[in-house]
Amino acid sequence: MRQTRSKNVGITLFILLLLTPIYWLLNMSFKTNQEILGGLTLWPQNFTLDNYAVIFTDPSWYNGYINSMIYVSINVVITLLVALPAAYAFSRYKFLGDKHLFFWLLSNRMAPPAVFLLPFFQLYSSIGLFDTHIAVALAHCLFNVPLAVWILEGFMSGVPREYDEMAYIDGYSFPKFFVKVFLPMIRSGIGVTAFFAFMFSWVELLLARTLTSVDAQPIGAIMTRTIGASGIDWGVLAAAGSLTIIPGLLVIWFVRNHVAKGFALGRV
Amino acid sequence: MQKVQNNKAWWLVLPVFLLVAFSALIPLMTVVNYSVQDIFGPGQAFFVGTEWFKEVLTDERLQDSLLRQFIFSGAVLLIQIPLGIGVALMMPKSGIKGSLCLILLAIPLLIPWNVVGTIWQIFARGDIGLFGWGINQLGIDYNYTGDTLDAWLTVLLMDVWHWTPLVALLCYSGLRAIPEAFYQAAEIDRASKWAVFRYIQLPRLKSVLIIAVLLRFMDSFMIYIEPFVLTGGGPGSSTTFLSQTLTTMAIGQFDLGRAAAFSLIYFLIVLLISWLFFTAITHADKEK
Repeated sequence: MRQTRSKNVGITLFILLLLTPIYWLLNMSFKTNQEILGGLTLWPQNFTLDNYAVIFTDPSWYNGYINSMIYVSINVVITLLVALPAAYAFSRYKFLGDKHLFFWLLSNRMAPPAVFLLPFFQLYSSIGLFDTHIAVALAHCLFNVPLAVWILEGFMSGVPREYDEMAYIDGYSFPKFFVKVFLPMIRSGIGVTAFFAFMFSWVELLLARTLTSVDAQPIGAIMTRTIGASGIDWGVLAAAGSLTIIPGLLVIWFVRNHVAKGFALGRV
Repeated sequence: MQKVQNNKAWWLVLPVFLLVAFSALIPLMTVVNYSVQDIFGPGQAFFVGTEWFKEVLTDERLQDSLLRQFIFSGAVLLIQIPLGIGVALMMPKSGIKGSLCLILLAIPLLIPWNVVGTIWQIFARGDIGLFGWGINQLGIDYNYTGDTLDAWLTVLLMDVWHWTPLVALLCYSGLRAIPEAFYQAAEIDRASKWAVFRYIQLPRLKSVLIIAVLLRFMDSFMIYIEPFVLTGGGPGSSTTFLSQTLTTMAIGQFDLGRAAAFSLIYFLIVLLISWLFFTAITHADKEK
């Protein structure tokens, strides 16, 4: 029993340490700039929502969040649409060059985004997609699609072939079988995949920032504006940062029961 | 599972193939194209062969940042893997406490990378940050914007904070997959805690650990935004890692040929090391 207790203390301590920097960000977002620069206070003495008011009343601020949400959503949809059939093929069939193709796909997850920065910029500029949400969404497919294929393939391999054959005997056509029978069986796999696609697209900034200038600018790029002539506006910066944590929290709440399964397959 | 030979499966893979080809092959070809030319402006490009590659490989600035990168990635792996295993061992096995831990641990992973940098920029400052202030209060002179060692430690600590949860979550799910019977057998044999860990848990964690190492290596090798926001690569160039060197070269100085040659070498290093890991994974799968 004593061992369990010391374990509990250990994990509680670790999580507290993990949350301290986040608490500090939140703490700062509720302070005025005078208080922030005036001295160290462990909680806001003059509690204020002004920093958040700045963000929610200025379209050039809150549009950043909307832009980010838009390209992340487009990315998740594209990723799932193309990855589902491909993962099915990889999990069920042997075909010419399948192993090489699989490794080639994964190798794109390994490519440093910095390598693709300039060519992406030129590619999307030349086809007139620069500064659009779709450009960022497509660029993020570079690392999300391989990942999605990998995760989904794991889930699909867990469904016995007999189901496929049974459906054919029952007279299901392939598309009907895939949508009506197969997809519901790997529901949690799709949830986990969507979660990771969301996550990696949401946290990425290097490509998102390079491919946009005004109309599709992500919140991360807008945050650099808080550095003005009179120094950094710490309060607003902290408030903007705090707000970026919320979408992630919501998403993990929805898939919390499935995430463990996704990790269990060891495919992140 | 027995797979069936069927080349028609290519039709199912085709969308992925086209999409990834569009977003990976075309840009990669562009990079290759640049890497063998010297470009002065539109229509003024000269074929220079392997000139850039030779130059890049002997460039001291690049060698320095490559060395820094290896030290950083090595340190990241050395700290995060053992720590992650430790945290996973401490996590409650199930129930509401288990899922609460899961969610709380996952929070740092879901924060945009530039915000991670911002959080630590604020947290570690000597005047307004709890961490920096606390260290200074202890009588240790600490300033991450001025001192090289402090900057390094801060970047490293930030990465440990950011990514140890991923290792922990991976190991946690690996541990959950061990059947209870294994532990019961160990209890009958009166195995010590250490023996349980060494001979039951660790071997079972092998495949998850390989993936954790692979992911942490790849991502730490590509790190860019977090140190860029936190230290801007300084003081001097002491925390400038490969991606930042490359970005400065390509976007800042518009040195296309050199940046392209550098990109290819960079990509090849990641690919080579990852390939080694990948072979290890498939090998481990076969043994099962």
